[in-house]
Amino acid sequence: MLTLLFDGIAYGMLLFVLAVGLAVTLGLMNFINLAHGAFAMAGGYITVLAMNRLGVPFLVCLPLAFLGAALLGALLEPLLYRRMYARPHLDQVLFSIGLVFIAVTTVDYFVGSMQQNIQIPAWLQGRFDIAWVGIGKYRLFIIVVCAALTLALQWLLSRTRFGSQLRASVDDRRVAGGLGLNVNRIFLLTFAVGSGLAGLGGALGAEVLGLDPSFPLKFMIYFLIVCSVGGTTTITGPLLAALLLGIADVMGKYYAPKLGAFIVYTLMIVILLLRPQGLFVRSGGGK
Amino acid sequence: MTTVLETRGLLKRFGGITPTNDVSIQVEKGARRALIGPNGAGKTTLINLLTGVLEPTAGSIWLDGADITQLAPHQRVRRGVVRTFQINQLFGELTPLQSLALSVSAQLGISAQWWKRLGSDARVAPRCDTLLKQFHLDDVMDQQVKHLAYGKRRLLEIATALACEPRVLLLDEPVAGVPEGERQEIFDIINALPADVSVLLIEHDMDLVFNFAKSVTVLVNGAVFAEGDVQTISNDPRVKAVYLGEAVHG
Amino acid sequence: MTKVAHGLKHGAHWRWWEFALLAGLLLSWLLLPGHALLLNEIAILALFALSLDLILGYSGIVSLGHAAFFGFGSYAAALFAKLVMPDPWIGMLFAIALAALLGAVTSVLILRGTDLTRLMVTLGVASILYELANKLDWLTGGADGLQGVVMGPLLTPFGRFEFDIAGRTAYAYTLFVLIVCLFVGRRLVHSPFGYSLQALRDNRLRAGSIGLSVNARLVAIYTIAAAIAGAAGALLAQTSGFSSLDVFDFHRSAEVLLVLVIGGTGYLYGGIFGAIVFKLLHDLVSAWTPQYWNFWLGVFLVVLVLVGRDKLTRPWTWWKRS
Repeated sequence: MLTLLFDGIAYGMLLFVLAVGLAVTLGLMNFINLAHGAFAMAGGYITVLAMNRLGVPFLVCLPLAFLGAALLGALLEPLLYRRMYARPHLDQVLFSIGLVFIAVTTVDYFVGSMQQNIQIPAWLQGRFDIAWVGIGKYRLFIIVVCAALTLALQWLLSRTRFGSQLRASVDDRRVAGGLGLNVNRIFLLTFAVGSGLAGLGGALGAEVLGLDPSFPLKFMIYFLIVCSVGGTTTITGPLLAALLLGIADVMGKYYAPKLGAFIVYTLMIVILLLRPQGLFVRSGGGK
Repeated sequence: MTTVLETRGLLKRFGGITPTNDVSIQVEKGARRALIGPNGAGKTTLINLLTGVLEPTAGSIWLDGADITQLAPHQRVRRGVVRTFQINQLFGELTPLQSLALSVSAQLGISAQWWKRLGSDARVAPRCDTLLKQFHLDDVMDQQVKHLAYGKRRLLEIATALACEPRVLLLDEPVAGVPEGERQEIFDIINALPADVSVLLIEHDMDLVFNFAKSVTVLVNGAVFAEGDVQTISNDPRVKAVYLGEAVHG
Repeated sequence: MTKVAHGLKHGAHWRWWEFALLAGLLLSWLLLPGHALLLNEIAILALFALSLDLILGYSGIVSLGHAAFFGFGSYAAALFAKLVMPDPWIGMLFAIALAALLGAVTSVLILRGTDLTRLMVTLGVASILYELANKLDWLTGGADGLQGVVMGPLLTPFGRFEFDIAGRTAYAYTLFVLIVCLFVGRRLVHSPFGYSLQALRDNRLRAGSIGLSVNARLVAIYTIAAAIAGAAGALLAQTSGFSSLDVFDFHRSAEVLLVLVIGGTGYLYGGIFGAIVFKLLHDLVSAWTPQYWNFWLGVFLVVLVLVGRDKLTRPWTWWKRS
């Protein structure tokens, strides 16, 4: 049971890293980006191709995945996304669905639709057995990396100037612009970092979640759950939501395999019914 | 005088500020009252509380002796408490004719009819006709509201409220953004309202206040600062100080 | 009659192109018997999109899970035919009733919250139903689907008609349901209720401020739209003889959204025009590049939205909307 909890935490932290970029994009640009999973997929495939075709070591692939996805995000933001910020949500939904379809079919065309396998390095395979808990080394690695990233994000937001500029822009974009903040640049950097994180999550998660062209569609709903339940005004909100989701999913699949993902969806609906703004909302915030 | 609308100890507090602080006012039947005060005094918040858009932290609201504090906004409208908004709140895709026909239908209680067409009830067209002519909207009655000029939209904003046949009309800065020359038109219409309609008006233009209002309530920092007939208030040195103080600082 | 009274009356009048479209639909059954199967698919899709228009175009609710009702109606009709009786009319009524019930129950979820919340719950409901249909395989056939749904003959005042392989009976049946729903929908959108929906779409705050009860209306229209979507799903099950998990799939919800957007939202006929264009495009592109239809679909979506949805709206709506 504790092992399950541990696995659930690992899954949750992974989901958090994957989804945090989406939460920030949503909170900052009020843009519903259903294509967020495509950046995660990009990171995953960069890792797979680098490792399997070029023999790049796993640990090096991780920052590569981050950079690759971040670059992709930095390219697409000014080119495409920026025109869509002021559009109604329906347009944003249609637009990002279109992007997902393009991404999925492109990957399918170039790499094929089979699930990709990664050979994680030997020192990350296996597990420690401590008391009643079986701690998978890889999952421990995921937790450590994601926790470090979370702390880094928290530090970035609360201790750096960029962080306070970002928070100001989330609270009130017009006022922030009026104060002389270069809102466009903030958006670009944020979008790039968020996409990079997704890519990193995709790389980390390839072993645990599976990687094939339908990844963005399969996991889209999970990312959205993290954002809608966790709210988009804080970092801790999505973190807690992701942990909750991860644990619920792992436990659910073990104890009630017949019900499967049913539990997760029902939980989400119940939560949204009771708290439509999400579970964790910073009071006094904007939307 | 019969009290139509009354608040008792109305209080609204959120996040550390108290925009409405223990407000108890009585609005009599046929009132022509202005609600004035410096910026941030809580005038619009009070209107939001009266109409049910905001829930009070404490206190109660009474209409004709009945407690309406728990009623939803649309239920208060049905009882005759109608407001206009400081920033136009209109139905962009509809035309003025459709907007007014809908409001009239709502007032007549037939807005849930789904089988007959809008306006098939014989009472709707004449009332729309009157309102459109009264507010000089008949030349644009078939244009979508989102394409109308600001002045026409402001007129529609008020016409929509009047279509609801209000017993208590709460006007939030009705001439905001309207050029000087067109303001009198709007005030003539407000002045021509039936004598038994009670009007509570938020306004900054003092000329219009003194032309229109018979009584005044002054709000400062969410609380009632002074109340009385318009002559007394305009001569009250404390009220002048509050406004002058405001003018000096910002 | 005054100008105002005339204006109100004229708003609901039938336009020439509405007659033309109706005539076109009826003629298509008469003159294109060889294409009845394709036309049937188009008509079902059109009905599905029409139901979405009621909640998206007229009421402003963005739903990514409208397939929930389509699928629910589909399985309801299929199971009714298999387990109770094969009469298509009664099966249809049963499916509509069940879909309406589901709509009424789930409508509570879309009343509060932001657009994102609504997207999530609609997506969630459709996903739950997909999972349910998958897991309850003793009832639904699970991943294999519900096969062998044999319909009885269609009893009409003109005689009894068996469902033929060419699909002529099926298409006539579908057309009938489509036209009835179109008539009902038309009455609805021109009524005070219909305009109150547009009011709450345009400005929910003001709608409440003129005395309209927003929540009650949303529940009502969501239920009605669910019922019509359920009818479309029932038509699919009844005319194709089976029902499978993909009736709940995300692709279906996304597809109907796109169909409606192509045809134009908010004037009720967008679903029909969109379905025609979409299906024809699909057939064209699929013949050319069978596997990568989704790619071109994605490109089309991105371009469409970047350029602006209005540019695609039918020429009829360049003048006044009906």
